[in-house]
Amino acid sequence: MTLSRIAPYLQATPLTAILAAFLVLPIATIVMVSFWDYDSIQIFPAFVFTNYEETISSPVTWNTYLNTLKYTVIVWAVTLVIGFWVAYYLAFHIRSATAQMVLFLVCTIPFLTSNIIRMISWIPFLGRNGLLNQTLMTMGVIDQPLEFLLFSDFAVVLAMVHLYTLFMVTPIFNTLMRIDRALIEAARDAGANAWQILTNVIIPLAKPGIAIGSIFVVTLVMGDFITVRFMSGGQSASVGLMMANQIALLQYPAAAANAVILLILVLLLVGGILRIVNIRREL
Amino acid sequence: MSQKTTDRTGTRAAKGADGMTRRNVLKGVAALGGLAAGSGAVTGFPTIWAQNPITLRQFGTGVSNLNAIAEKCKADLGITLQMTALDSDAVSQRVVTQANSFDIADIEYWICKKVFAAGTLQPMDVKKIKYYDDIVPIFTTGKLTPESKIAQGTAPNTVGFVEGPDSKKFAPTPTQWMTLIPTIYNADTLGIRPDLVGRPIKNWKDILDPAFKGKTSILNIPSIGIMDAAMICESAGIIKYGDKGNMTKAEIDTTIDFLIKTKKDGQFRAFWKTFDESVNLMASGEVVIQSMWSPAVAAVRSKGIPCVYQPLEEGYRAWGGGLGLAKHLKGAQLDAAYEYINWYLSGWVGAYLNRQGYYSAVLSTAEKNMTPDEWAFWMLGQPAKADILSPEGKVMYTAGAVRDGGSFQDRMGAVACWNSVMDEDRYMVRRWNEFIAA
Repeated sequence: MTLSRIAPYLQATPLTAILAAFLVLPIATIVMVSFWDYDSIQIFPAFVFTNYEETISSPVTWNTYLNTLKYTVIVWAVTLVIGFWVAYYLAFHIRSATAQMVLFLVCTIPFLTSNIIRMISWIPFLGRNGLLNQTLMTMGVIDQPLEFLLFSDFAVVLAMVHLYTLFMVTPIFNTLMRIDRALIEAARDAGANAWQILTNVIIPLAKPGIAIGSIFVVTLVMGDFITVRFMSGGQSASVGLMMANQIALLQYPAAAANAVILLILVLLLVGGILRIVNIRREL
Repeated sequence: MSQKTTDRTGTRAAKGADGMTRRNVLKGVAALGGLAAGSGAVTGFPTIWAQNPITLRQFGTGVSNLNAIAEKCKADLGITLQMTALDSDAVSQRVVTQANSFDIADIEYWICKKVFAAGTLQPMDVKKIKYYDDIVPIFTTGKLTPESKIAQGTAPNTVGFVEGPDSKKFAPTPTQWMTLIPTIYNADTLGIRPDLVGRPIKNWKDILDPAFKGKTSILNIPSIGIMDAAMICESAGIIKYGDKGNMTKAEIDTTIDFLIKTKKDGQFRAFWKTFDESVNLMASGEVVIQSMWSPAVAAVRSKGIPCVYQPLEEGYRAWGGGLGLAKHLKGAQLDAAYEYINWYLSGWVGAYLNRQGYYSAVLSTAEKNMTPDEWAFWMLGQPAKADILSPEGKVMYTAGAVRDGGSFQDRMGAVACWNSVMDEDRYMVRRWNEFIAA
């Protein structure tokens, strides 16, 4: 065996080792534990399906998954519109490359603080006696404080949109920057109006960026628990929160079963996105 | 992306563990010698760890894991205490799954019921506990006074003893082998904003008053929240429990169904899980009546916002914690652990805890470490003659104030139930999650 034949294997070894140790092994452990049995203090090796049965047969699980999907769809739609809007403006309306970079960095400035801080800072703003309600009441717009602003689905979606929009902006901006400006000129020469250029040229070419952004947002929202807990004031559930509760109560096998189901669901969603858009084509 | 913020984990080691100077050692020896001589309790071994410094790793819930205790312990005994504060769920996990990661577990009695069977703790020989006879009888016989009734739930005396040194079976009456040495306990009730409720609050069911729609909260820690819920349901006449601390499936169903209905009607503003959340909910006026812990009431009050820890007719929901020894402790370390526990009960810590509004296990020694005025205010429910200071020296109550709920006897004598873990725990948690998800 010559060096040239084993070289590719050697090159692939570090990544394989890392993925095996930090991805395959933990997931295999989770899958294994999801079949174990447990009581209130310990877990025992076993091969039982009760964790899955209890999870799938419970209406709570279905409600929670539906609720999580609801958050995912709303947050995805809102971040997509805002993200595309911002990226489009940066890519096509800002002419100088320096200004583009400066404005893009401006977008990232809120991300210099922790996401928990960014989320929690909404609470005093939206509260019953918060800044927004006080301002609106002083201006005479409302007589009673708006209660739906905090500890509600509205608050959860608002915080998630705030936290995750940049994950949409970045990949879309990246693909928009790669679009050959000659194509747009050609479309214009061929008589297309601005709307037609957008729908027939720019959006199809931006699909890989949209897909990548969507994958980020979907996986982040599906796995979230802390935003849901804080912004809903513990009034709403998400799959992540359900798992966190189970882990807190030492019900690791139940949490593992939930994790496996969530993983399958998220993989299906990502698979669906990838079937619609071939992201490799553009990378 | 998700970070767990609920666990405030901080390892706070007392200073000077490594940099032990000869001077400190000598001081430690002197202090120890003084203590041993003064107390006459321990003979023979106290110098072992002064020459060969011993570190005890203690972890538990934040309430009693106090840096001041570690510093004083270092000064008095020469034992370095490494403290880790966790929430109660994390504590039970750690006791069961990481038996070698701690020497002393500071856990609650209901956690003890849950984890002692895992075999990672060893019972203590009461003959080595100097102040055993002075421990408040709630923890030994279960009765505060000979006439009192034992409250429902995981009453500390029911899990306070095991049958033998290697037994995992709880004994119904006191034996020589104690599972936990009580450290800290209190009677919990609802906190209210007297300026916002606009009427006297007398019963647990007042939290259901339509006037407070969208302005109430209960805590979302299933094993504690269910007890508050039970107090509310029973007060409102929804159900009469056989034992609130050990509900049947049907009782759990009735309770949770009622909670779900109440939630859907919009009675609750939020459910809180951490101390800070409860303080913020109350201080910001998001809620006007809610489940609360006594230091949270003090924290709201320290912001200049009126807040009362309202005594209620049905009584209190009590909780208590204690120190348990890890199974792996032996030899000098075990001796040091006993020495630490005897020191814990000898008064300084008790006074410190009493001054925070909690209660300590041995009251006679704590009294000697408090001023008569402090004792009268905290324990006897009398008006303060001078300003009442916290252990850190901050004014907690001004002269003339009276403690909410009155004296120790009034408060601990009116306990309706203890925090508990039920036989149908798994079912209860599932239904509780349903309530939160509803």
